[in-house]
Amino acid sequence: MHPLPWYIAGPLIGLVVPALLLLGNKPFGISSNFGHVCSLLSPRRFSFRDSGQTGTWNLVFLLGIFVGAVAAWRFAPPLTLRLSPATVDALHRLGLTDLSGLAPREVFAWSALFTLKGFASVVVGGFLVGFGTAYAGGCTSGHAIAGLADLQLPSLLAVCGFFAGGLAATYFVLPLILR
Amino acid sequence: MTLVPYFALGTAFGFILVEAEVVSWFRIQEMFRFDAFHMYGIIGSAVVTAGLALLVIKRLALRAPDGRAIGFPPKTLGNGVRYVAGGSLFGLGWAMTGACPGPLVALVGAGVPVMAVAVLSALAGTWTYGSLRSKLPH
Repeated sequence: MHPLPWYIAGPLIGLVVPALLLLGNKPFGISSNFGHVCSLLSPRRFSFRDSGQTGTWNLVFLLGIFVGAVAAWRFAPPLTLRLSPATVDALHRLGLTDLSGLAPREVFAWSALFTLKGFASVVVGGFLVGFGTAYAGGCTSGHAIAGLADLQLPSLLAVCGFFAGGLAATYFVLPLILR
Repeated sequence: MTLVPYFALGTAFGFILVEAEVVSWFRIQEMFRFDAFHMYGIIGSAVVTAGLALLVIKRLALRAPDGRAIGFPPKTLGNGVRYVAGGSLFGLGWAMTGACPGPLVALVGAGVPVMAVAVLSALAGTWTYGSLRSKLPH
C-alpha cells in the first residue's frame, strides 16, 4: 500500500519519541549524529552537546534507519509515486521529465554530480543540512516533532525557519539550478 | 546488548520513512508547494501523538530504567537567532536535497546511492559550524 497513509505513518513516527524516552531517557533527534561523528573524529576541536559515549545509541538508531530503508526498498519499494497534478505540472515546468523513483534521476545520479543541478542539490544542499541543523540544534525529528510535542518555543522558531528556508529554496533556488 | 532496542526502533522508523514516502524528494516538493496534505498529516499527527504520550509520561511521573525522571531538558532560547538562522539554512538544504537527516541516510540504501555524498557534505557542514561557532550569534 503506497504510500502508507499519513494517519498510520504519523502516529507510529510520533511513538518513537516516548519509546526512546522509556528505553533510556533519550531525546529523539537524528541530526545530533553529525555532531557526534565530528567529535569522534576530532574530540579536541569539537565538544558538541552529545559528544562522548552518550551518542552511541543514536548512531545505532541511525544504522537501524539505514537497514530499515534497505529492507523497505528491497521488499516493498515505492517505485512510482502518485503525486499531486499541480506538483507534477510545476516540476515539468522546471524541466524535470522523469518523476519516477524517490528522487529525480536527472539530478540525483553519479553522472550528474558535477553538473550545476547535481552539485547544488547534493553537495551544497547536504552542506546546508549539516550546517543548519547544527546551528539550530536540531532537525525535523528534534525540533518539528519532539520539540513541538514538548511545547518548546525554540523549536517553534526553528520550524518557522525550516519553512522560510524551504519555501525560498523551492521558489527561488530550484528554478535557478534545475533549469 | 542494551543497544539492540535502539537498532530495532531505528529499523522500524527507517522502514516507515520509505513506505510512507517521507524520504521522497517529490513528496517534499509537494509539501513546500502546499499541493498535498500527506506530509502535513504525517508531521502533524506525529506531533500530536508524541505530545499526548509526553503528557501521559508526565502524569504518571514515569522514570527511566536508571531511575531519573523522564523528559526533555528545556532548550535555551537565548536571543533566538540560532533557531531562526540555523533553521532557515537547514530549510534551504531540506528543499534542495529533498531530505532531512534521517531520510538522507535512508535514501543511500533506497535506490539513491549518490546521497552518500550529501551525507558526507552534511558532516562537513556540521564540522564547519563547529569551527565557526564562537563567531556566530546564538
